Amino acid sequence: MKGAEAFQELIPLIKDEPVVHANGFICRESFTLKDRKANFYMIGSMGLASSIGLGVALCKPDKKVIVIDGDGNVLMAMGTLAMIAAEAPENLIHVVIDNEVYESTGSQRSISSKVRLEEVARSTGYKNVLRVEKREEIKAAFLKLKGSAGPNFLLIKVEPGFDPATGRVTHTPEEITDRFMQAIA
Amino acid sequence: MAVSVISITGKGLNVSSLTSKSFIERLIQEDYKFFTGVPCSLLSGLIYELEDQNCEVRYVPSVREDAAVGLCVGAYLAGTMPVLLMQNSGLGYCLNAFTSLNLIYKIPALVIMSWRGKAGKDAPEHIIMGDIDQELLKTAGMEYSILSEENCEEVLKKAKQKICNEKLPYTLIVEKGLFDERR
Repeated sequence: MKGAEAFQELIPLIKDEPVVHANGFICRESFTLKDRKANFYMIGSMGLASSIGLGVALCKPDKKVIVIDGDGNVLMAMGTLAMIAAEAPENLIHVVIDNEVYESTGSQRSISSKVRLEEVARSTGYKNVLRVEKREEIKAAFLKLKGSAGPNFLLIKVEPGFDPATGRVTHTPEEITDRFMQAIA
Repeated sequence: MAVSVISITGKGLNVSSLTSKSFIERLIQEDYKFFTGVPCSLLSGLIYELEDQNCEVRYVPSVREDAAVGLCVGAYLAGTMPVLLMQNSGLGYCLNAFTSLNLIYKIPALVIMSWRGKAGKDAPEHIIMGDIDQELLKTAGMEYSILSEENCEEVLKKAKQKICNEKLPYTLIVEKGLFDERR
């Protein structure tokens, strides 16, 4: 499955939940497919989508919070997996689109082909951890995790192959802040 | 443990009674309700107060200073005013987060940063950062004040203005001896 197919499957399953997106093609795919006010597009600060999501989840315990992360981001902030497991917010779902490359910068290899990130998450103490490799498995896995107390982790293995013609986030960073805050207030 | 005396006057905290406990209480009174960071001995009294079971706010021990910036950003987006506590050695880790997240998204935080390496008198690993940390903040366009008993009320007010009006992080620099150290 291509990364774009994973998004086509995943995005319609998101209702009114706040979603924090990692930088790079994660932001761009989601923005292009369906822009939402409750989407926080993190265009820089690689590695921090997970800690931003944790901060939102801890301060909004009544809302399910979704982080859509990438393998490069998770590898950069592996300690944050431990922090999420330690704080253990029941309302956090951490989705990782794992294409084993840094695709936005020219598809240099990441090391997630050799390290199973979902096993790292499991061993830190995430409550429920699933790994899917087929498009048709995404819906059931995501809905199961959404319906179970977290923190939960979904790893979606995809092939590289991001379409460079995919749009870029057109909102200014300040606009992203304002509309996200209003949407989740 | 130091005995703290908090005395609230019409103008706020009586500055002659600045202690770890009174300072944390003052921050909470100012509506800072989410605390995270990576410890420094110079901030140990503050963190002990935050971890006290009777403390009404949450302190989240962070694994890295930049992850603490991320946590603060999340808290702010969720409507809670955040405070980041760290040693100045963590400033380097935070610079990308500050410049490519907080400063462009207009997301503020109160940063309480200890000043190791002041005047070249400290362990070797602290000397260079102790010399350049204020220049780094200035270069990044981030305002700061060196906190003291005397200027506490004034700088808290200034920090609040920066945070609420300009939506920028504001840093309070803490020198050795300002707050008690605990083990």
